Amino acid sequence: MGAEAGDGIQLGQGLNMQTLDLNELDVRTVNHQLHNREGGSADTEYEILNPMGRHAVAAGLDAPLKVHIRGHAGYYCAGMNKQADVTIEGNAGVGVAENIMSGRVHVKGYASQSAGATGHGGLVVIEGDASARCGISMKGVDIVVGGSVGHMSAFMAQAGHLVVCGDAGAHFGDSLYEAKLYVRGSVESLGADCVEKEMTAEHRETVRALLQQAGIDADPGEFRRYGSARNLYHFKIGNISYY
Amino acid sequence: MDPRKLRESATFPPHVIAEIQRSASEGMYYIRGSGAKRKVPTFDDLVFLGASISRYPLEGYREKCDTNVVIGARFAKKPIELKIPITIAGMSFGALGANAKQALGHAASEMGTSTTTGDGGMTDEEREASKTLVYQYLPSRYGMQPDQLRRADAIEVVAGQGAKPGGGGMLLGQKITERVAQMRTLPQGIDQRSACRHPDWTGPDDLEIKIHELREITDWEKPIYVKVGATRARYDTMLAVKAGADAIVLDGMQGGTAATQTCFIEDVGIPTLPAVRQAVEALQELGMHRKVQLIVSGGIRTGGDVAKALALGADAVSIGMAALMALNCNAPIYEEDYEALGTRPGFCHHCHTGKCPVGITTQDPELEKRLDPDLAAQRVRNYLTTLTLECQTLARACGKSHVHNLEPEDMAALTMEAAAMARVPLAGTDWIPGVT
Repeated sequence: MGAEAGDGIQLGQGLNMQTLDLNELDVRTVNHQLHNREGGSADTEYEILNPMGRHAVAAGLDAPLKVHIRGHAGYYCAGMNKQADVTIEGNAGVGVAENIMSGRVHVKGYASQSAGATGHGGLVVIEGDASARCGISMKGVDIVVGGSVGHMSAFMAQAGHLVVCGDAGAHFGDSLYEAKLYVRGSVESLGADCVEKEMTAEHRETVRALLQQAGIDADPGEFRRYGSARNLYHFKIGNISYY
Repeated sequence: MDPRKLRESATFPPHVIAEIQRSASEGMYYIRGSGAKRKVPTFDDLVFLGASISRYPLEGYREKCDTNVVIGARFAKKPIELKIPITIAGMSFGALGANAKQALGHAASEMGTSTTTGDGGMTDEEREASKTLVYQYLPSRYGMQPDQLRRADAIEVVAGQGAKPGGGGMLLGQKITERVAQMRTLPQGIDQRSACRHPDWTGPDDLEIKIHELREITDWEKPIYVKVGATRARYDTMLAVKAGADAIVLDGMQGGTAATQTCFIEDVGIPTLPAVRQAVEALQELGMHRKVQLIVSGGIRTGGDVAKALALGADAVSIGMAALMALNCNAPIYEEDYEALGTRPGFCHHCHTGKCPVGITTQDPELEKRLDPDLAAQRVRNYLTTLTLECQTLARACGKSHVHNLEPEDMAALTMEAAAMARVPLAGTDWIPGVT
């Protein structure tokens, strides 16, 4: 910890692979290195060792980098990602890939609350379960969860797709706008203004394509679709029972 | 009928009766713009003790009285320096039209101060118009983009606002035009619902990590403010400092809004006057006064208000409603359009309708034409100049060569309430209720 920028940065075994060890460097130095690459090169592959639950690792990337985080990450890992392809070889804390704009963030393990929150674009893949509020206020991101999601997932979700291969917790899709939700297992309860909708061939194709991108093997035909009833789009007296 | 026998009820005055009957008719709370209309203790209840024999004043037109302020030197690599301690508060493109945002930006830039974005993100026009632009980071995250964070000069994490502490943003369908809808990723014309809590943090421990993330994303360059609505000002200030804020924006209950429920505006939050004192005491207790800057808003109208906020220990103030009034909000022009809204100049709070008679809080291109951005910028610049001159005048009268040298000892209170809230003595006494 506490090393100066540039210290301890070693070339790894693989071609163009740079190793950044969080036992040697602090998060600030690692992120600075990822944001300000020498010579402006954008094609380098990085591995980050010993994340040990540190926060904001690989946050704010804005280049088509490949980043492998070898271990468990803390809050806001790969937050606000643009272009980069980040893989977390472990579990991720609160707000993984929050406000992602583009690129891909792949969690090999489980994710804590608010995974992919407010994301505008790109793909978030969580191989295990995601906790509460997965996809909260999502604005165009696609999220594929191999396991289940916790309560209030897709709360106020505005756009994008959430594919859940397991079950969804209570109040799923509460106060939903125009995001499209797909669940293979059970839904504990639907939130206000969220309803089940017909699953057509077009929707199955959407799910198939997202599962393929995520590298998750599941039958699109087993998913059910949920979306907004659009009853809460205007403040009116008839909506009082929703609150 | 003998008119002397007509006695108005203090409990049920006409506006209360009208509201009961509106509620009975519509079955829905009333949503409106502007700030609290009820009377609360304000800076009007304080006066300055100008110098005479025991203190000597500075010469008004010859001796310098500085007004500059640096914000964000605690952690940010690039703190911002303002020439005057009066900033423009956060107001969104959406709540305001583009001409209004542009006028505020140009005026602030010419005066060497900052302006602030709002819900929905940053427009190119406001970035270009504003030399120093503070980027609000709000619970809804509508339009929030990392590139905009990086283009900003400072970041303001909004935990609440004075008009509606505990409530989220609100923008009614009339103002969700194609451009506003596109910026916020919403269907056009819907009544926008906004979250009141941030989607990925709750509480001070999480906030600390969130601030850390924002610093990492912006390479520790930008000052990070935390904005709170004035309620538990002492604790919120302490927790914001603990979470790593460079500056705290404290918005009293008189602060305005583009739209929210009247019960929020009138019944939630505390006035700016006691809130400033509580926040300053908290900063002093932590040894962070003047290290973490305190920016105060909510009902600032005159240079006297500015000077009194600074004398209580604020580093700067922020104006929203008053800046709009400088633009012509509630001016006696286009009176037939006020009439159509069921109001009159001086009483209008119809920002929520999008039918602003003077073209400020609207997205209607025809109404917007009523606000010439160049003339409007000139008006705001004149107003900011006046506030600054008034503040300097009062500071010099108290013998101060910098407006930050004003102090509570320079003031007396005219009411017991103000004395207790501001903790300055009741005029003519040494008595501070609750203290002495």
